[in-house]
Amino acid sequence: MNTAVVVFPGSNCDQDVMHAVAETLGTKVRAVWHRETALPADTDLVILPGGFSFGDYLRCGAMAARSPIMKAVAAHGKRGGLLLGICNGFQILTESELLPGALLPNRTLDFICRPCFLRVENVSNPFTANFSKGQCVQFPIAHGDGLYTLPESELKTLEERGGVVFRYCSPDGQAEDESNPNGSANNIAGIVNEGGNILGLMPHPERASDPLLGGADGRVFWRSLFDAYRKGGR
Amino acid sequence: MDFRKAGLRETEYEEIKRVLGREPNECELRIMGVMWSEHCSYKSTKHLLKLFPNEGERVVLGPGENAGIVDLGEGLGAAFKVESHNHPSAVAPYQGAATGVGGIIRDILALGARPVASLDGLFFGDPERARTRTLASGIVHGVGGYGNAVGVPTVGGKTVYDPCYNENPLLNAFCIGLIPLDEIVSSRTARPGQAVVLLGSKTGRDGIAGAAFASVELSEDNKASRPSIQIGDPFAEKLLIEACLEMKEKKLIVSMQDMGAAGIISSSSEVAAKSGVGMILHFDKVPLRAENMEPWEIALSESQERMLLIVDRPRLSEVMKIAEKWELDCAEFGETVEGDEYTILFHGERAASLPATLIGDRCPQIHWPSRRPADLEARWTFDVEDIPLPQDWNEALLSLLSSPSLASKESIYEQYDSMVQLNTVVGPGHPVNMLRIKGRDSLIAMTLDADPWKCSLDPFRGGAETVARSVRDLAVSGARAAGLTDCLNFPSPEVPEQYWVLEECVKGMAEACAAFNCPVVSGNVSLYNESPEGAILPTPVVGTVGIVPSTDATLSSGSWEEGDVLFLVGPCNPSLGGSRYLLSQGRFEGRPLPFSPEAEKDFVERALKTASSKAAHSGRAISGGGLAAALAKESMESGVGAAAAVPVPTRKDVFLFGEGGARALYAVPMSRVPLFKTLWSGYPCIPVGRAGGDSLSVEGAFSLPVAKLLTKWRGR
Repeated sequence: MNTAVVVFPGSNCDQDVMHAVAETLGTKVRAVWHRETALPADTDLVILPGGFSFGDYLRCGAMAARSPIMKAVAAHGKRGGLLLGICNGFQILTESELLPGALLPNRTLDFICRPCFLRVENVSNPFTANFSKGQCVQFPIAHGDGLYTLPESELKTLEERGGVVFRYCSPDGQAEDESNPNGSANNIAGIVNEGGNILGLMPHPERASDPLLGGADGRVFWRSLFDAYRKGGR
Repeated sequence: MDFRKAGLRETEYEEIKRVLGREPNECELRIMGVMWSEHCSYKSTKHLLKLFPNEGERVVLGPGENAGIVDLGEGLGAAFKVESHNHPSAVAPYQGAATGVGGIIRDILALGARPVASLDGLFFGDPERARTRTLASGIVHGVGGYGNAVGVPTVGGKTVYDPCYNENPLLNAFCIGLIPLDEIVSSRTARPGQAVVLLGSKTGRDGIAGAAFASVELSEDNKASRPSIQIGDPFAEKLLIEACLEMKEKKLIVSMQDMGAAGIISSSSEVAAKSGVGMILHFDKVPLRAENMEPWEIALSESQERMLLIVDRPRLSEVMKIAEKWELDCAEFGETVEGDEYTILFHGERAASLPATLIGDRCPQIHWPSRRPADLEARWTFDVEDIPLPQDWNEALLSLLSSPSLASKESIYEQYDSMVQLNTVVGPGHPVNMLRIKGRDSLIAMTLDADPWKCSLDPFRGGAETVARSVRDLAVSGARAAGLTDCLNFPSPEVPEQYWVLEECVKGMAEACAAFNCPVVSGNVSLYNESPEGAILPTPVVGTVGIVPSTDATLSSGSWEEGDVLFLVGPCNPSLGGSRYLLSQGRFEGRPLPFSPEAEKDFVERALKTASSKAAHSGRAISGGGLAAALAKESMESGVGAAAAVPVPTRKDVFLFGEGGARALYAVPMSRVPLFKTLWSGYPCIPVGRAGGDSLSVEGAFSLPVAKLLTKWRGR
C-alpha cells in the first residue's frame, strides 16, 4: 500500500502522519507538495494531514481546497481510491465538497487539545473494519474549528446511510453532551462518503499510534486500512 | 537630535563620540540608542551574569549565542533558551505573547535546530480583577494561537498569580530544539565577500524601537506605544522554519541570525562583530511593506518572521529557489567585507557608518548602587507560634488547592497543542515534561520554575530554591539536569534596594547551579517591570533541561496503586515562610530555608537511583503547598486515596504545609519497601501512610473524598 501525504504550506501534522503510517505498517509513504498537479502513479492512499494550511487565514481549509494538487486528489477519491482527511484535512475535504457538511469554531470558541473517547459507529468501511461496532477508542483532538454541522435534512440522510463513523463519547461509550468537546451535531467526530472510500475526522489517529505517547488505538486504524487494501478491495 | 531622546546617557554619548571621533548623525544616534538600551546591551547585568557557572561536561554552546546547547549523546544536541516578552504582553496581550513565542522559536532555529517543544511562564495579577482576566485571556490565546499554528507543541509551563503582576504581567517563552552537533549554525562564521540575505516577511514600521520600550517602566504614556508592538504571523514562521532547515540540510547557510529586538541592525551587526568582518548594507534592497521608510526605521524595525542569512555567492540561486518554494521573500541586501566597518547605504548615500564591534559589544556597563532593604530582617522575625492551627483542616486544604497559583491549569493548557510532532511522552499538568527522541531510548526532560515569594523574602535563598526545585523535580522523574536557561524578571535596577535583590537572587541561583553542576547555558534579562501601581516581585525563572538515559529509568508522578506505602524523604521541619499556605492566609512573611548543597546533591543521586531501579510506583518532589499539596495532587492524579499520619512531633501545619529543602513523596509497593529503604538509608526517610480507598486523610488533620479535592482543584 503506497501512501501519499499532501503537504500544504502551514500543514504541521504531515511528518507525524508519515511517521505513524511508516512505523505501524512499514509501508511506503511519500510527501507530495501542494503545487504538484499529479499524485505518484502508484498511490493507493492519500492523506490530507492536520495543521493550519495557509494559516487558516480564510475559512479553515478553504485555500488548500483550491491548491493545484486537489484536482488529482479529488479524482483519486472519485475513482474510489482511499482518501483520508485528519483535522485540517477533514476541513479541506468539506471545503472541497468531497464530504458533506462544514466545520465551525468550537462552541467554547477556544482551541482544545485533549485525549477524547470515540465510539466506532460504522465498521463496514476500510478505515475501521478492524474495530468492532460500538467499540470505544481513544484519539486526541487538537483543533479550534471542529464543530461539525450540516442542514437537518442532510444530517438525517447522513445518519440513515451510516455515514457517521466516529462519535465523541464518554469512557463507557455514551454519546452524551458532556462528552462532546466542540458542540458537533450528534457528537459527530468523523464521517465517510457513500462510497466508503473517503473519510474525514477531527481527532488524530496518528497521535494514538504509540503506547509511549499514551495510546495505540490508532494502530488498529492504520492496520484496518492495510488489511482492506491487501484484500484487494481498492 | 538630542542624544537623550535616543535613549542614551551622557557617558554613553561621550563614548560614542570618542570612538567615532565625530558627532554621530541622527540615524547612527537612533541605532546606538536602541542597541545600547538595557534590553539589547545587558549593561546593568552583564557583570552579574558572569557569576553563573556556564561550563559543564555536556555544554556544547554556552551564553552569548542565540541559545545554549547541551550534548544529548551520540552526536545530537538540545538547543534551548527562555526569553521574556513582558512589556509587549502588558500592552497588547495577544500579539505580545504570540510574538514572544515566535521570537524564541527563531532563536532556536537560528542555530539550525528544529524547534521541538515550548514551555510558557505566565505571571498574572489578581484573577478576581477584570483587567487580569482580559490580560490573561489575551496572553494565553496568543501563546496558543501562535504555537499551535506553527506546529511546535507547548508541552508545559508555569502559571503564577499575584497582585504584583496586575498591571505588569510576565510572559516568558521557552523553546527547545534538536540539532546534530556537526550541523550547528553559528553567528561567528561569516567571512569577507559573502552575501547578506534577508529571508521572510517584508519590513514595516511595526515594533520600531521595541527594545528601547522594554527598557523603561510601563507608564500611562507609553501604554499608548502601539507602534512598538510587533504583529505575529505564525504561518510565515512555519514557512520560515521549513525553508531555513531545508537550506541548512543543503549546507547553503554560512551563518544565520534571527531578527528579534532591533531587527536588521542587531542581527547583522552581531554577525559582523562576532565573525570579525565588516558589512555594507544596501537598504534600498530590503523588501518593505510601508512607504517612505527612513533608514533608521528599516534598521530598527521589529517586523516578525525574518532571518538574516550569510550565504556564499555561488549558492545564492539555490537559496532563492528554496525561498520561492516556500513563498517567502528573499533579498540579497548587502555583503560582508574585510575590517570592522558597518555601513548602511540608502539611495546612494551613506546613512550610517559605525564600527561593528561598537554597536553590540562596547556599551559602558553600569554598576547601580546596591542597598540591602532596611526591612529585610523584619520580614523574617515571625514566630510560628503566632500562627494559629487551622480550625477547619478540610477547609484549609481545599482553599490551598483552589488558590489560583496551585489550582489546576487545565483550562489554560488545553488551549495549547501539546502533542504535535509526536514526541510528547509527558505533557502539561505534570511537574516535569518529557520528550522522546525518535529512534532512541533516551528522553529529554524539562521543567520551568519560579518562586517570586521566596525570592522576595530572602533573595539569596529564594534564588537558590528556584534552581533547586527544578533540579529536584527532574531528579525525582529520573532525569539528571544537564543545564538551564534563566530569565531574570525584575523591576528597575535604579532603585538600590531593588538592585540588591537582583544581585542576591543571582548569587543564590549561581550557588545552586554550581552545587548541582548544572550550568547556565543561555538566558535573558527583563528589567523595569513596574507600573504606576508598583514593582513586580523579583521573578527569576529557570528552564532546566535534563536527560533520562532510557525510557525504563523514568518515574512518573500521580501513579499510586492501592496498598502502596507512602514515604516522605527529606527533613521534617520545612518553613512556613513564603509558603503558599501562609500566603493563602494573606500573610507574606517569614524566611525560607537555607540552601544545603550537600543534602541537595545527596537527594539528587538517591532520587535518580530510585527512578532507575524502579523502587517506587510514583514520586513527586515537594514544592508549593508542601507535603499536603503533594499528597493531594498525587492522590487526584492517581484517582486513589490514602490514609496518612504525622509521625513526628513537628507542628502539624508546618509538617503538612511547610516548604523548602530537598524533599519528595514516594509511593512504594510493599514488595519494594526494603529496596527503597536501602536507597534512602542515611537520608531522612519516614513512612507517612498507605495509598488506597476513595478519600485522602491525614490523622488529626483533613479527611476528604478524592472527588471533592478534584472538584475544588479543577474549579469546574
